[in-house]
Amino acid sequence: MNAYAPILGLILLAAVFAVGSVAFSVVAGPKRFNRARLDSYECGIEPTPQPVGGGRFPVKYYLTAMTFIIFDIEIIFLYPWAVRFDHLGVFGFVAMVTFIFLITVPFIYEWRRGGLDWD
Amino acid sequence: MNAPTIEYAELAPLITIFGAAVIGVLIEAFVPRKVRHPVQVAVALLALVAALVQVILLAGTGMVAAVGAVAVDGPALFLQGTILVLAIISVAFFAERRLEAGGDAFAPAASTLPGSEEERILVRERMLQTEVYPLALFAVGGMLLFPAANDLLMLFIALEVMSLPLYLLCGMARRRRLLSQEAALKYFLLGAFSSAIFLFGMAFVYGYAGTLRFGEISEALTANIGQDGILLAGVGLMAVGLLFKVGAVPFHSWTPDVYQGAPTPVTGFMAACTKLAAFGAMVRLFYVAFGGMRTDWQPMLWAVAIATMLVGAVVALTQTDIKRMLAYSSIAHAGFVLTAMVAADQTATAAILFYLATYGIATLGAFAVVTLVRDSGGEATHLAKWAGLGRRSPVLAATFALFLLAFAGIPLTSGFVGKLSVFTAAIDGGAAPLVVVGVIASAIAAFFYVRVIVLMFFSDPAPEGPTVAVPSLWTAVGITLGAAATLLLGIVPGPLLDLAQQASLFVR
Amino acid sequence: MTSTLSALATAVATEGGHGGGQAVAEATGVFDLTWLLIAFPLLGAAILLLGGRRTDKVGHLIGCGASIASFVMGVVLFAAMLGEPSDGRAFTSQLWEYVNAGGYTVDVSLLLDQLSISFVLLITGVGSLIHVYSIGYMEHDERRRRFFGYLNLFVAAMLLLVLAADYLVLFIGWEGVGLASYLLIGFWQHKNSAAVAAKKAFVVNRVGDMGMVLAMSSMVLVFGSTAFDVVFASAEGASTGWVTAIGLFLLLGACGKSAQFPLQSWLLDAMEGPTPVSALIHAATMVTAGVYLIVRSAAIYDLAPDARTAVVIVGAITLLMGAIIGCAKDDIKKALAGSTMSQIGYMTLAAGLGPAGYAFAIFHLLTHGFFKANMFLGAGSVMHGMHDEVNMRRYGGLRIAMPVTFITFAMGYLAIIGIPPFAGYFSKDKIIEAAFADNWITGLATLLGAGITAFYMTRLMLMTFFGNRRWKQSEPPHESPSVMTAPLWALAFLSVVGGFALLYFGAGIVDWLAPVTGEEHHELPMPLWLLITITLATVVAGVAVAWLMYGRRAVREDVPAGSPLTVAARNDLYGDAFNEAVFMRPGQYLTRSLVYFENRGVDGAVVGTATAFGGLSSRLRRLQTGFVRSYAVTMLGGVGVVVLAMLVVRLP
Repeated sequence: MNAYAPILGLILLAAVFAVGSVAFSVVAGPKRFNRARLDSYECGIEPTPQPVGGGRFPVKYYLTAMTFIIFDIEIIFLYPWAVRFDHLGVFGFVAMVTFIFLITVPFIYEWRRGGLDWD
Repeated sequence: MNAPTIEYAELAPLITIFGAAVIGVLIEAFVPRKVRHPVQVAVALLALVAALVQVILLAGTGMVAAVGAVAVDGPALFLQGTILVLAIISVAFFAERRLEAGGDAFAPAASTLPGSEEERILVRERMLQTEVYPLALFAVGGMLLFPAANDLLMLFIALEVMSLPLYLLCGMARRRRLLSQEAALKYFLLGAFSSAIFLFGMAFVYGYAGTLRFGEISEALTANIGQDGILLAGVGLMAVGLLFKVGAVPFHSWTPDVYQGAPTPVTGFMAACTKLAAFGAMVRLFYVAFGGMRTDWQPMLWAVAIATMLVGAVVALTQTDIKRMLAYSSIAHAGFVLTAMVAADQTATAAILFYLATYGIATLGAFAVVTLVRDSGGEATHLAKWAGLGRRSPVLAATFALFLLAFAGIPLTSGFVGKLSVFTAAIDGGAAPLVVVGVIASAIAAFFYVRVIVLMFFSDPAPEGPTVAVPSLWTAVGITLGAAATLLLGIVPGPLLDLAQQASLFVR
Repeated sequence: MTSTLSALATAVATEGGHGGGQAVAEATGVFDLTWLLIAFPLLGAAILLLGGRRTDKVGHLIGCGASIASFVMGVVLFAAMLGEPSDGRAFTSQLWEYVNAGGYTVDVSLLLDQLSISFVLLITGVGSLIHVYSIGYMEHDERRRRFFGYLNLFVAAMLLLVLAADYLVLFIGWEGVGLASYLLIGFWQHKNSAAVAAKKAFVVNRVGDMGMVLAMSSMVLVFGSTAFDVVFASAEGASTGWVTAIGLFLLLGACGKSAQFPLQSWLLDAMEGPTPVSALIHAATMVTAGVYLIVRSAAIYDLAPDARTAVVIVGAITLLMGAIIGCAKDDIKKALAGSTMSQIGYMTLAAGLGPAGYAFAIFHLLTHGFFKANMFLGAGSVMHGMHDEVNMRRYGGLRIAMPVTFITFAMGYLAIIGIPPFAGYFSKDKIIEAAFADNWITGLATLLGAGITAFYMTRLMLMTFFGNRRWKQSEPPHESPSVMTAPLWALAFLSVVGGFALLYFGAGIVDWLAPVTGEEHHELPMPLWLLITITLATVVAGVAVAWLMYGRRAVREDVPAGSPLTVAARNDLYGDAFNEAVFMRPGQYLTRSLVYFENRGVDGAVVGTATAFGGLSSRLRRLQTGFVRSYAVTMLGGVGVVVLAMLVVRLP
């Protein structure tokens, strides 16, 4: 059972943080209400108008999100490779170049098919 | 951590297919639209044939490659070879352009709104969807890897690589696009759900054994470390993920909808190849990794097999759509394969390999015939429209009847020998009661196959019935090969049975 | 591997043996050409069915030629067999290895012995005559070539059935004759009733086939093989329970193919096919396959007295049922079909008596093949002259208009009711003797059957050929052309002398078959002359009653109300109603409830709306109202069940 103690600790910590921060903002935050505050959060810009009851997002958002994921994944794999570069040698280098190439292929595809044009 | 060794020669078929798929994506990016279609078809066929040759050259290999992640052994190579053959025929069906006045079975652009002006323009300009070929290649790559995966991680990756392109392919039908998109979304949601369950099970199994490799899991079972509860739950959850892919009851509910909605060539490809790959993976996982605890999972598979055979056969009786009927029939066939699976020995492996090969060929052929029976709305899949087809087009109807007889397991068709081998394997493995259920289920199943045959040959044709389109060489050759193989394997099954027998040993 | 196995099995068969315990030798010389028997008609079928219109003109000749070639081959083999010693007349020839799945091996090999050669000669001999007859009968049918193709296909499949040396190969022939039979029953597919009849035959036969498959599965389980030599040699070592089960499964298979109770209902409908088909398939050969199966499996039934009792009961019930149905039918072919059921009931009963009856079952099967084919072809000749009228109430007095048909038919008639010295007398009398020797009840059933047979056959005879003329057409019906009457003469000749010849020519059929079926004699409970007298008296009584009812009084053209038994018999003794109540209804309920669950419980939207392509947009909305959710819930339930099942197994 000992092995699970850290996990339990982590769960506890997460719960305390989640509940605590919400509670803390209620207690400590200033009580001012205006339109900007009640709007949905979109990185500080004017929110895109949405019809009542959900409605459609432009598909562009998803394209952007996927482009992000392409690079995100690339970074995730690049980092550990960089850390162990010395040990992996030529094999690692070739593998990484192949990987970067493969990651680039969908990017090229997206670019050629107009996925990067924002109208 | 040091650099691992990769056995490139043994992994060549996989590399070929994935490489060709990547090239296919680049072709999409750079080759002009006009010549894209022939180039894509050529690349796909070349890659598949090359991979098939490589698989044949590898025959007899028995080793674990890529640091224990991929097995290159009899069952893997047998299934890979079969999947490649079926995929070659499938690509030929994908490339059929005569049925839709210059178009193929796919929507010109799957992203256009169904019924929109944009769609109409594309159809008028005879735009062709060429992304299906790289997608199909990725799916085939995943299918080749799935039955060869020798550790849990590779198994999951193969599962996803195989499934994701299939979800897309399902949503690309040219006609009845909403039905097709609905099917794709359903398949995706439920597939994601089952993948999650599968992954959950993997985590449990890893939690028990502390390793991902099949061989080491098997050793951990023998050593009996860890908690049984975790292991049993893990095996159960992983079984669910795989049973979903093979379409076993109660994880079958997606099958009829997806088979009906998907473009028919894709349905054929999916019904034949996915089932092969998924059963291959399932057999390897359960025999190699979990073989030591077979008494635990056998009762569960008994129940699933019985439910699958009976539900598949009985519900198929009332279907009025030919594609849905074939879907339920495929469910019943999954049940027949499961009867042999329960036996868990080498004979059973051989029987399953043979059964899958014969079933795949007949399925592909049957769905290809469905694409040819058309009326003004595209394929005429309602059974009532098939009435009297035997009088209008006796050759086509006879071919379809041959495939149906093979499904029904009538002697002198491949299906008979297949059923015979799985049932004898099940009897040898001590599952005789299961065989009794199987025999009853196949008798029930025979009714609805014969109902279609009677409908085709003995009913009066409907006044505004469908016409039988004359296909191009692609489809004609594919169907002829399928029919010939179905008949030949029914009369002289010996060579393929021997091959399956020789290929039935798993490397550990 | 295979050769050692079969050699081993042969050695075992030689030592212990089954039935008569005859050694089976590897075929050499002319016996190695046994496969030609099947190859000729198969080739004929291939040419006729694949050759297309080019072979339209000569199709019928090719068909006849293929069948006759096979017959000649059969005669050659028979003659060669006579040259061998009486206990060395069985030969196997292996063609190729069919299935080799682990420990289970099936060879396509042929077994030629006394039993199978008898069938070969019957099938090809009577078959050839019927082929010739069909040239005339089908002359005006534009699809005659196809018809001959199917006939050849049938002959090939039937020969495979009787020559197979393995139950699995036998099963292939079994399904093949079934296929040819459905094709031929439904040959006139423009008639709705023909299509329905073909379908019914198929469905009922599937039930029988299930018995076959279960029997073979049990053999694999118990003996590890379905080869005759292995199964028969090791049957003694198996438990009685298994042997009985196998016997009962085989009986179920036999019931389906031979139209025995409770799977008899399809045969009467099968008369929708062209008449030569009824003669060949549904009288002389295919429907007797069940009897062949039981006799061939003698080694199993010898060890399973309970299964044998079941065979006797089935035979007795069917023989009376068929006879009663035959009494009430006005359709000449259906009356004959009822008679066929009844006569096969005799054979089944005899086969159920064990070694005492096997040979008599085959004996009656052969003579029945002669006289029933004769009468069916005669009926076809009558129909040919009467513009396809089948209702006997519209016949009458045809003996003057169609003298040849009348005379040949009369030979068959005298044979079936068992008047000495016609063929049926010898064979049926032997069965009645054996039945009495076994016990009184079966004896009385066969005796009663003989009386009823005499009644309904006399009725048929009187209504067709005697009495007042009831047909409406202006010119009298014409006699059939000689291509049709020649086979009638041949079969009539066999109906006259067949019985006597088979019983007394050479050593006789009983000794001929003894090495395969074994032999056994029972003591009769009464002197033989007394039994023969009683039998003949019963037959004469049956004839007399029929004459009183149909000979002295004029036959009415409308159908009289009749007694409840008559009404029941007209309705095939409610065979269909029985099937419906026992098989169809529960099946339908099962289907409905399962489908209900699938539809309402799980995938309601799609079945209903996938066909109706109305509101496409509404479909999309439906999607969002959560049918995927209900699928997912099913899956989740399944997950729970699977995991629970895994855990529960470990609990105890």
